[in-house]
Amino acid sequence: MRVEFTVNGEDVAAEDVWPGESLLYVLRERLGLPGSKNACEQGECGSCTVYLDGVTVCACMVAAGQARGRRVGTVEGLTGGEGAVGESRLSTVQEAFVETGAVQCGFCTPGLVVQADSLIARTVGAGGPAPGDAEIREALAGNLCRCTGYEKILEAVRTAAEREQAHGTGGAR
Amino acid sequence: MEFLSPSTFEDALSAKSSAPEAVPIMGGTDVMVELNFDRRRPGALLDLSRVRELAQWGPEGPYLRLGAGVPYTEIVERLAARAPALARAARTVASPQIRNRGSVGGNLGTASPAGDCHPPLVAQGALVELASVRGVRRVPARAFYLGPGRSAREDDELVSAVLLPAPAGPQQFSKIGTRNAMVIAVASFSLVLDAATRTAGTGIGSAGPRPLRSPQAEEFLAAEFDWQGGAEPSQAAARHFAELVAAAAEPIGDVRGSASYRRHALSVMARRAWYWCAEDYRKGAR
Ligand SMILES: Cc1cc2nc3c(=O)[nH]c(=O)nc-3n(C[C@H](O)[C@H](O)[C@H](O)COP(=O)(O)OP(=O)(O)OC[C@H]3O[C@@H](n4cnc5c(N)ncnc54)[C@H](O)[C@@H]3O)c2cc1C
Ligand code: FES
Ligand code: FES
Repeated sequence: MRVEFTVNGEDVAAEDVWPGESLLYVLRERLGLPGSKNACEQGECGSCTVYLDGVTVCACMVAAGQARGRRVGTVEGLTGGEGAVGESRLSTVQEAFVETGAVQCGFCTPGLVVQADSLIARTVGAGGPAPGDAEIREALAGNLCRCTGYEKILEAVRTAAEREQAHGTGGAR
Repeated sequence: MEFLSPSTFEDALSAKSSAPEAVPIMGGTDVMVELNFDRRRPGALLDLSRVRELAQWGPEGPYLRLGAGVPYTEIVERLAARAPALARAARTVASPQIRNRGSVGGNLGTASPAGDCHPPLVAQGALVELASVRGVRRVPARAFYLGPGRSAREDDELVSAVLLPAPAGPQQFSKIGTRNAMVIAVASFSLVLDAATRTAGTGIGSAGPRPLRSPQAEEFLAAEFDWQGGAEPSQAAARHFAELVAAAAEPIGDVRGSASYRRHALSVMARRAWYWCAEDYRKGAR
């Protein structure tokens, strides 16, 4: 089966897709987008979190054919354009993760970054107040991290929310 | 494997009728686990995610008609006033990512005794609408579940919607598990009061081969509840109600909890549900 959709704003097509395979498999193995991680394949860990038509989902829980014609946003799409030194510029959330030390082995990071990006978009991005800790914890409840103990991750999200509140929004939505 | 992708409900029904073995997939949060782990290799998947009718909700006579495919997030965000118990239950399902995909129709399709939608549907006397090319029928939720993974749905039928009576009093749902998120219920309980008819409905989850209710507990609460002022029950009354609920359960012991723990958890949730409902009642939920 051939599956066409958009990823990070670009039209893509995957050939010879087995209808039962997941969107995660298509992204990683057929489209060369390994940012979204495969850790559990059962919806439990959130490391495969992507945007699907603007809302976050576990890519491992979406059948490839269900993505046909839809808009997918991955962690690769969060970076925006060229930075000062030539490499692509990190998003506010990504930068905050780096700065606060919210990344250790990094396996959970792409999923967390996409989920945090969506939280910020739905709160400060929509003109609302910055999310409180309870709201952040709730939003990230489906993203497991085995390394950091989450404190630095919370700090990263708080930091990103504050900055985003100070200057407009970005993201792969 | 075939991938059928109808865009209207009518087409979905004829696809299901000509290929009854095709596995429907809505949010995929149950189906994909089985596919990813090779537990299931169906000949065909019937994708329902493009069927607009299934994603809609709105009033229908005395009911709220909730399309089988409406994701939990929408129920939580938009239907908390129209479907309080179900929205509370939806709020406890899995994680935000799963709630963005998972649906009541999928919960009913899986018909796991632990599914979070079941106790509220049973407690409030909701109807499950089943459709096939042969026609449409509405089965009371209380008669829908037959056993683990088994329901009144025939092979050629799809769940089209659930019909929820308009709330006429407080509605509660609670669930016991090891974490606050991402947890399958060890036991769950829903209590729905109807101030107009002065009756109560109960729903017991994850403590039997299918969702259960306790008619005795319902009758007892209806007779004892302070329908005038919503005063708290006496301790003795609350305890007796809790015992009746626990007695109606048919729990097994498994990795998530022993049978006696499940009964105990249910009695605690039942007692609390009465107190919470009384409080809501005093605040004007009637
Ligand atoms: C990480 C994780 C955590 C979870 N936590 C919870 C939880 O806390 N509580 C809970 O109750 N569940 C939980 N689940 C299970 C699942 O999310 C729910 O059962 C959900 O309601 C399934 O809905 P869906 O649309 O994703 O179903 P799908 O996976 O698309 O389908 C589920 C079943 O229903 C059938 N089906 C779907 N739609 C229809 C229809 N319209 N007519 C007939 N059959 C249909 C399918 O063929 C399949 O057998 C969890 C799942 C995961 C992966
Ligand atoms: S890999 Fe998808 S949730 Fe774990
Ligand atoms: S940094 Fe290692 S899993 Fe989160």
